[in-house]
Formats: sequence, C-alpha cells, structure tokens
Amino acid sequence: MDSKKELVVPRIENGTVIDHIPTVALYQVIHILGLEKYQDQVLIGNYLNSMKLGKKGIIKINNKHFTKEEISKIALVAPFATIIDIKDFAVTDKFTTEIPDHVENFVKCANPKCITNSEQIATRFDIVDKVNLKLKCHYCEKFTTKDTLVINEK
Amino acid sequence: MSTLKGRNLISITDFNKEEYIEVLDIAEGFEKTPKQRVLADKVVATLFFEPSTRTRLSFESAANQLGARIIGFSDPGGTSVQKGESLHDTIVMVSSYADLIVMRNPKEGSARYASEVSTVPVINAGDGANQHPTQCMLDLYSIRKTQGTLENLQIACVGDLKYGRTVHSLVQAMCNFNATFHLVSPEELKLPSSVKMSIKNAGLKYYQYTDLRDIIPTADIIYMTRVQRERFPDPLEYERVKDSCILTASMLDGCKHNMKVLHPLPRVNEITMDVDKTPYAYYFQQAQNGVYVRQALMSAILGVK
Ligand SMILES: [Zn+2]
Repeated sequence: MDSKKELVVPRIENGTVIDHIPTVALYQVIHILGLEKYQDQVLIGNYLNSMKLGKKGIIKINNKHFTKEEISKIALVAPFATIIDIKDFAVTDKFTTEIPDHVENFVKCANPKCITNSEQIATRFDIVDKVNLKLKCHYCEKFTTKDTLVINEK
Repeated sequence: MSTLKGRNLISITDFNKEEYIEVLDIAEGFEKTPKQRVLADKVVATLFFEPSTRTRLSFESAANQLGARIIGFSDPGGTSVQKGESLHDTIVMVSSYADLIVMRNPKEGSARYASEVSTVPVINAGDGANQHPTQCMLDLYSIRKTQGTLENLQIACVGDLKYGRTVHSLVQAMCNFNATFHLVSPEELKLPSSVKMSIKNAGLKYYQYTDLRDIIPTADIIYMTRVQRERFPDPLEYERVKDSCILTASMLDGCKHNMKVLHPLPRVNEITMDVDKTPYAYYFQQAQNGVYVRQALMSAILGVK
C-alpha cells in the first residue's frame, strides 16, 4: 500500500509531507500555506486511496519546513492531517495538526455586516470551540462555524 | 489618575467591575455639577456614519457642558465618506484633528477597527447590531441610582432578548454584581445561548418566562425592550405573543416598592402611557443619565478626572 503511494507521488529528499488531507480541502491547504507562490518543487496528489479516509490528498513540499504554529492553520480544514518532516529521505518528525487558539487573515467572517467584509482588513478570530469548530470574530464578535467557514481568496 | 486614561470603549466587556464603578462615581459628580469646563482645550469628534439623533445629542450635550469643541458629521451625506473614502482613511485623518473620537457606524466591528487605526481614543456609539457600551453604562448608572447598589439584584429583561444588544450587554455587565436574571420573551426571541453561558460562567442563575406577569412580584428592575413584528416569519405568531411582553400600569400591583422600569428608548407600545405616571417609570430619567455617564467617560478617557 505504502510503496504504491510513493509511486504516485515521488519521495522528496528534504522538506515536509502533509498527508491525510480530506480531498475537498486539498486546494484550501495549498492556499492557506501560500504554496501557489512557493518557488521550489511542490508535489501534489489527490483522490489517492487511504486506509484512514477512503480517499485523501497529499502534498510534498521540497526544502520547506514549517513551525507547528504555521502548520496549525490548516487544521481548520484538515483536522487529521499528518505532518512529516523529512531530512535526507528520513523522517525526522511526525505529528498530527492541532487547531490553534487564534487565526489571522485567511478565514472570511460569516457575518455579511462585518466591517472585514466591506473594507480591506485582515480578519482575526479566536477559536472558542475546537471540537465543533466555532470562531469568534475579533471585530464584529459574531461566530463563524464549520458550516459557514470560508477561506479568503486573495 | 484614572486607569481609563487613553483607553477605548468599544465593548462593555472592555472594562472591568472596578472601572464600571469608577465611571459611575465620576458620573455622579457630573449629575451634581454638570457644567465643569474640564475639556475646554479639547476637541471631540462625533462621527455618525448613520443618523442617531438621540445618541448624538447626548454625546454633544455632554461634550459641550465640559467646554470641549465638537467637530464631525451627523450623517455621511456630502462627506468624503459618501465619495467612497475608506473608514481607515477617515479615522486616520480625523485622529489628527481631534483628541477623542465618538463613532456610530452601521458596520459591525467598525468601532474595534477604528480604535486600532486611530491615534486617539475611540468611544463606540453603536456599531450596527453589535455593541453600544455607553447605553449599557447609563443602564448601570440608572440601576445603581434607583436601587442604591448594583449588588444582589433581581433583574428582569423583557421582550426581544435574542436580537436586543442592550440586553446582552446589560446581562454581561450585571454578571459582575451577583445578579439573578429573569428572562421574559416569546419562545422565538429567547436570550442566545452564548449570553446564557456568561451567566453560568459567572456562577449565577437565570429563569425563563413567556409571561411578563410572572416576574412582577420578584423584580427590582424590569428592563423592557421592543418586540418587532419583522422578527416573526409568521404574522399570526406575532399577534399571538405580542401582548405577553406589554407592560401596563394595572399589572404593577404587587410589585416591589423599590422596583423601577427601564427602557433604552424609543418605545413603541411595549410600555403603555399609563405606566409613565406611576412611581415605577424611570425610562425618561434613564435617558437623561446618559449625559452624565458620557461626561464621565469622556473626561476619564481624556485623563482630566
Ligand atoms: Zn466579523
């Protein structure tokens, strides 16, 4: 099973592998991490077979290492993603993402009357419920939830 | 010197219990002596991005009595705002002309944002359905003045408890004072669970009712709000419940002698006119108290009290 996956998306020598991404969240993860602008190899697979998720996405980013804080942002859309740090083809660290206490800039406020939806303002949220995913807007104080979560297009 | 010097007031929860009391104490001084020209060298900007005559006059009267000069606009028509200037640019510009900004804006969260952009303190005079903290401060002032204390009171809130921001703020503020809450509303307009959670987190109790009569004998304060027809998808449902949240003079038999009826105004029909003549009506004095509270806030924030 594992060797088959490696055939689909080749190994990287140095960098980060993000595994077990829900297929619907793959492009959101790319966007949240700003990988559209990343100037090195990024290997992407989607709808790969997965024991855990049925189908999954995977991203391998060459020569890029994230802090836990940077990577925690993707937990909003990919709550069970596995982060694997690679050096010289070997795994140096492996952990699952954890939902952060705060997020800035990439979630859209679900309240249409919120000032962040009419002026160019970076959004800010406190995550007040990590289990049910409930975010409180720093500006309008209204809640954005799993069902209303939209990633800002920039 | 006040700990409030240089602070913003955007949301009622920006201040703590001691700070509420400090503002109320200063306001008491202004009630005794309203004309104190302590802001004679200050400029207060009142920026009303939507008209609200009542709130604006209260702030401007307060600033005038303190000797401050006032600049600003009462609605954005004819200003650079109407020409599409961003809130950011308006606030940056005004904060170079004024010592304090009072802002009302229909966009929710606009006041918090303005306070982050401004170089001078900002007082929120209402940001859409979000916050209107000076209303809450004058409610606290009115409660303390009529009851002699803010502690251990039976607070009844009546009407639209779901959308009524004044009720949400009042409940949150009164959670600091060991209040017991009696919540009267139609089934559709109950207090949101997030506000009920504030009560629980403070270790306090609330009781819910659908008929106003049930709370008359217990309440120290009856805080009335308007139930709007538009809140009901089914007009028949509105007709069915509308009378359950209307207060009439005859209903007040058997209330506590210290009980006072408050209302953020304007009222429509939720308090009948015959209540005005009873010793329990306090809503007009309540509005007057707004001037003293706003004087207190402006002078504390500008560091002269
Ligand atoms: Zn918002």
